[in-house]
Formats: sequence, structure tokens, C-alpha cells
Amino acid sequence: MNMRRRFIRLSMLTALLLVCGSAVLAEEKPAPEPYYEWKVEGFAINAPIGGLVGNPENGRKIAVARKKGNCIACHVMPILEEEFNGNVGPPLTGVASRLKEGRIRLSIVDEKQINPMTVMPGYYRDPRHFNQVRKSFKGKTVLTAQEIEDVVAYLMTLK
Amino acid sequence: MKMIEPNNKRLMAALLPLMLLGALNLTHAWQDAKSGYEFMTPESRAMQDDDFENPGMLTVDEGQTLFITTAKNEMTCGSCHGDDGSKLDIERITQYPVYSETLKKPITLRNQIHICWNERLQNPPMKKYNDPRAIALETFVRHQAHGKPVNVDIDGPLKPYYEAGKAFYNRRAGQLDMACTHCHSYFPGSKLRAQTLSQGHSNGFPTYRLANSKVNGLHERFRQCQHQFRAKALKAGSDDYVNLELYINAIGKGLEIETPAVRY
Repeated sequence: MNMRRRFIRLSMLTALLLVCGSAVLAEEKPAPEPYYEWKVEGFAINAPIGGLVGNPENGRKIAVARKKGNCIACHVMPILEEEFNGNVGPPLTGVASRLKEGRIRLSIVDEKQINPMTVMPGYYRDPRHFNQVRKSFKGKTVLTAQEIEDVVAYLMTLK
Repeated sequence: MKMIEPNNKRLMAALLPLMLLGALNLTHAWQDAKSGYEFMTPESRAMQDDDFENPGMLTVDEGQTLFITTAKNEMTCGSCHGDDGSKLDIERITQYPVYSETLKKPITLRNQIHICWNERLQNPPMKKYNDPRAIALETFVRHQAHGKPVNVDIDGPLKPYYEAGKAFYNRRAGQLDMACTHCHSYFPGSKLRAQTLSQGHSNGFPTYRLANSKVNGLHERFRQCQHQFRAKALKAGSDDYVNLELYINAIGKGLEIETPAVRY
């Protein structure tokens, strides 16, 4: 009797663990974001990618983060807490008073559309077109559509 | 769209040759090649110039020790080349990569060290191209040519390999979709965060890198670059990297060998 009860208790515990475990696993792997198509019209991408709305505060963080936008590696930006700004690209201070939103979006998404020899990475290019890409980045854009819109929203605050 | 309206056609026609020239310029050899040394801070230069301060000299010493270590067949590198390397063919060291008639392809100085290691010393082969012992030996050997100009010859049988290396230099790769040329032809002297971009020459290699505190061979550096722009790094010693080494030596021909240099 005792043995049987213990067996039941043990199997119930195992079942519980399995359910919890799979829930945790499911949470760790969110479904990959779809790749949204975009269209260049008159040197600009006027429509927000995927129709998303950007968050400027988050965009500022992405601009600094090495593994995200890392914009300051090449651009001078009004982000004073960062000691070192690169100067490979043009300064982005006051960029919103020089360029329209759609033009800024195009430069981030894929500057090569208008300047084929640029060093500026395309942060939202069709990932099927990469050459010799590292395994962990296969099939992925550099930033997600939401992150692109966040950075655009942040840059639009630099007037 | 204004740019290509009919009244601007004449302007475009005038600009086109200029743009073409720009495209050709993409693959030039440097008229005024500058060693990476000139892009370093005065402190780092001083570190390189003083043999007691230069951490790369420790690797030279390691190489020297291996150079006179007796193999099972009673031979050392020094048996042929002199224990202090004084019988090494200095002119030859400056010419690598050279064309090997036996292998029918270019070989690097490191390849030659592996060949001697296996065939002359009959040591158990080093499995990796970038075995630390091979790096140390290469550092010691190339240090013997310190101050001599890089003198690779691409007019003979190496021409097609040079062309392949040039194509690789200009081919975009990785998720960030960059090629060597984008940093090292367009933007030497510019800053990438705190780091100053150089023309990307090879005259200081194997070189002590402050970034990882050890002596790095040229192919290790290629791997680090490619990894950084999120490309799948190729194997050290692979054909593509040997061709690239050839091309980079060619565009930096005439620069003085600084092995072991100190670089960021």
C-alpha cells in the first residue's frame, strides 16, 4: 500500500515538473519575428516597418549598446555619458533638422539602396542576402523592426 | 529624384568619369603606405620601440628557444639556419608569401615553418596552422628581418592568387556586410569608438595586440576582424586567407618589417 501511494505521488510530481519545465522552455524561445517587407520611394522609406510605433527612450539605449545598434561606434551623438564616439560616419547631432523621417529610416534599414559602396551596415535587410554569415546570426536582421522604429523615433528627437 | 531630371543629365555625364575613377580607386595599392605604427598613440609606439617594454619580445625569446630545441633526429632549426638565426635568408623572409614549385601554390612563412618542422626535424606535426609554437617561431624568424622592407613579388606565378586576394579584400561578408576595404581603404585615421583605424598593413605581424594581450599572427587577426562584423571566420591557413595575406603584403610593399609590433 505504502509503495503504491509513494509511486502515485512520485508520478504526479514528475508530471508537474514536466508541465512546468515545458512552460519555461516555451517562454525562453519566443516565436521569431516575421521579416516585414519595406519599400523605397524617392530616397525614403516613409511607412514605419511593420506599422510599428517607436519608443525614443529605448532607441537611445539601442544606439549605445554594442550588441544592438552601436551607432556611436561610428557617429558622434549627443550622448554625453559615453566617453568615446567614432567619426567614420557623419555626426548625428541635429540630424532631424536636416533629414526627414523617411530618409533617416532608409539610411538605417539599408543605406546601400542609395550608396552602394557605403560602410554603413543595413540594419534591416532581407537576411537571405548575406554572404559568409556567422551561424548565430543566420536568418536574422541586425535589429528587429521594433528596434528600428525605436532608433528612428530617437533620432527624430535630435533637432 | 531631382538628380536625374533631364537638365541634370549634363552634370551626371560630367560626374560619371569621376565616379568610375572612384570605383577603380577601391582596389588601389597605396601610393603613400603608412605603417599601423603611425596610427598608434605615442605611448604605444614607445612600448614597441623599447625591446624591454615590448611584450612581443617574450614571444621572440620563446621562438628562439624552440629554434634551438633538439628534435629526435638530433636536428634543430639552428643546424641549418645558425643558432641565432644568422644564417637565415633575410631577403627571402621579406618576400613571403612565395610560390612553392613543389606544392604549386603560394606558401606563407608560417607554412614554411610547418614544412621544416615536419620534414627536416621530423617532429610530430603541429595539427593547427596557428599552433602557439608556430606563431613563436614565425615571430622569431620574422624579427630577424626587422627594418627590412616588405618585398613580395606578384608579377610572376603569384599574380592569380594576388587577384583572388584582392577580390576577397573587397568582398562584403557577414551580417554587418562589410569588407576589409570599407575600414582600411576608406577610413584610415578615423575613429571606431576609441580605436583609430589603420590602413591594415601586415608589416608588424606577428604583432602584440593590446586588445587580447598576446602575439597574434596575421590570420588570427583576419579571424578577429571577420568575427567582429559577424561573418563566419575562416580557418587560419585557408586558401582565402593566404591569398589575402599576399594581397595585403603587396599593397604594403616597401613598408619596414616591425615584428613584433605593438598594436591595438
